[in-house]
Amino acid sequence: MRRLLWPVLILALLLLVNVLFTPGFLSVQVRDGHLYGSLIDILRFGAPLILVSLGMTLVIATGGIDLSVGSVVAISGALACLQISQDAGVFTAVVLALGLSVLLGAWNGFLVAGVGIQPIIATLILMVAGRGLAQLITDGQIITVNDPAYKLIGGGYWLTVPFGILIVLVVLAVTAFLTRRLALGLLIEAVGGNAEASRLAGIRARGIIVMVYAFAALCAGVAGLMISSNISSADGNNAGLWIELDAILAVVIGGTSLAGGRFSLGGTVLGALIIQTLTTTIYSIGVPPETTLLFKALVVTVVCLIQSTAFRDKVFHRRRPVALAGPATEEKARVTA
Amino acid sequence: MTTLTLGGGRTIPARYVPVLVTACLFVAMFVVGGIRYDGFATGQVVLNVFVDNAFLLVVAVGMTFVILTGGIDLSVGSVVALSTMISAGLMAGPGWPPYVVIPLVLLVGSTLGLIMGYLIHAFEIQPFIATLAGMFLARGLCYTIGTESIPIDDPTFTAFAQTRIDLFADLWISPSVLVALVVVLVGAYVLHYTRLGRAVYATGGSEQSAVLMGLPVGRTKITVYTISGFCSALGGVLLSFYTLSGYGLHASGMELDAIAAVVIGGTLLTGGTGFLFGTVLGVLVLGLIQTILSFQGTLSSWWTKIFIGLLLFVFILLQRLFSTRTRR
Repeated sequence: MRRLLWPVLILALLLLVNVLFTPGFLSVQVRDGHLYGSLIDILRFGAPLILVSLGMTLVIATGGIDLSVGSVVAISGALACLQISQDAGVFTAVVLALGLSVLLGAWNGFLVAGVGIQPIIATLILMVAGRGLAQLITDGQIITVNDPAYKLIGGGYWLTVPFGILIVLVVLAVTAFLTRRLALGLLIEAVGGNAEASRLAGIRARGIIVMVYAFAALCAGVAGLMISSNISSADGNNAGLWIELDAILAVVIGGTSLAGGRFSLGGTVLGALIIQTLTTTIYSIGVPPETTLLFKALVVTVVCLIQSTAFRDKVFHRRRPVALAGPATEEKARVTA
Repeated sequence: MTTLTLGGGRTIPARYVPVLVTACLFVAMFVVGGIRYDGFATGQVVLNVFVDNAFLLVVAVGMTFVILTGGIDLSVGSVVALSTMISAGLMAGPGWPPYVVIPLVLLVGSTLGLIMGYLIHAFEIQPFIATLAGMFLARGLCYTIGTESIPIDDPTFTAFAQTRIDLFADLWISPSVLVALVVVLVGAYVLHYTRLGRAVYATGGSEQSAVLMGLPVGRTKITVYTISGFCSALGGVLLSFYTLSGYGLHASGMELDAIAAVVIGGTLLTGGTGFLFGTVLGVLVLGLIQTILSFQGTLSSWWTKIFIGLLLFVFILLQRLFSTRTRR
């Protein structure tokens, strides 16, 4: 829990800023049987990012990285909208889109684990080609759909709660169960710590790697459905553009090391919420659109500095407790090794 | 050391194999292009790859330094855009002369790199994240300067941009190519014949060992990011020669091109192994892919993307297959 302290504080601080600028920011009301409020909006619009970040967390835990999630978001949305516009059932469309996503993820995993290409390059291939694939599916157009059942995924409500939030909760619960209650999480961390050693210890490292990439793509696929369903259209060019960077940022803010070997699902959710709250804050306190990126750069730097033990020690002239020094150096040695 | 044995008892050290494989594949790609398309197999096609990618080459040199230490620099594309924006803005607005603007741009780029390097070293922030923040910062600064494209019409600048250096037999290059080649040569000299270069390889090989050997690891890390910042700024200047404009959306996604070029050239992202010559080949491969696409002609923009991905995949797959076979 100690690890999550700083992300929680940062999120609280961001929310506090919002409350100061927008009174009544924290109020949540029920209107027409739906939950309304800024907090709900943050959760609702942040849902795709949370999903993509969850998948990214597991990939990063194995010491990899997935740059292609943005393209998978676009492909999944495009395929689903194309199917629906051609009068296929929503269920068929969703299954096809998610199936293709898993396939693309498995392809990434095969390149990384089977062929042995460095993850950043292996997924770069799909990142570039995938954008083209999404545009190929939509034929370079923006496909608009008008289907109430499909609209439910990203823009609908169920039992007064936005449906997207429910999807996130289910995916989060399943992921947490699989990785923290079963041995899967341990195996993933073992592969990330040292793939060769884990293989010698009898773990099927290749299978695990293919699985996490497939899972990341599946999450991206669901996020793609949400995004396209929310705006009732598929844009092969812009859907999910640069979401991979936000997702990686969320994972790191949440305390997962890019070196692999350990991960924190709770931290990732917090990280994604921080980024979404930041976006909301930028709009609500009226930062001019030209300087939003500057503002984002500033906040990201501050957030990373606050989380850096070295920074806190230097600024507050605090001495590291002796008991902590041992494990800290040991961990560093493991990462650099 | 593992070696690759050739006939006649001569051996090639294993560390040269990835670069050699890339070189062979590059030649093969060129030959295939020459057979498929008329007018492809000429010297000017290769030279044009240099002319069109001089700025990428410069940026990739800086990226090689960073990746050799085991880091990564995502900010390069944005710094390139920022450089074109500052150059264009200062020359179009207050009308500053190029010999003031260019050093200033290089200084800005280097300073940004220095700051990122300092954050990475002193506060142990992961390079991916620190340079991602740098990427947002530089892009943000671009938009703060202006959201429109600013044309450059300074006479000295345009004259330099339109100069052609004639070589033998109707072949020509642009001055940017010379700048890029000088950068490559200086970079190769620094990497292989100076203390800094040795420290770069040592840091990437094993940071802990480098520290224990008493190498200035912190200084090395800060220096490589400063070098990368400088190279990006210089790349930006070359790009503004090439496009004669400054625009906040220039060089979008270029960091990935630079990383891809470095990796295709056989440098490992984990650091410690790789050569600058490999990076030059990597840039040439990316450039040749673009050239093949332009010879192919009427491809819609999405087929172009799919094709680039496909060629990249085939290339990396072949390189991977050849490299692993020889390693065993």
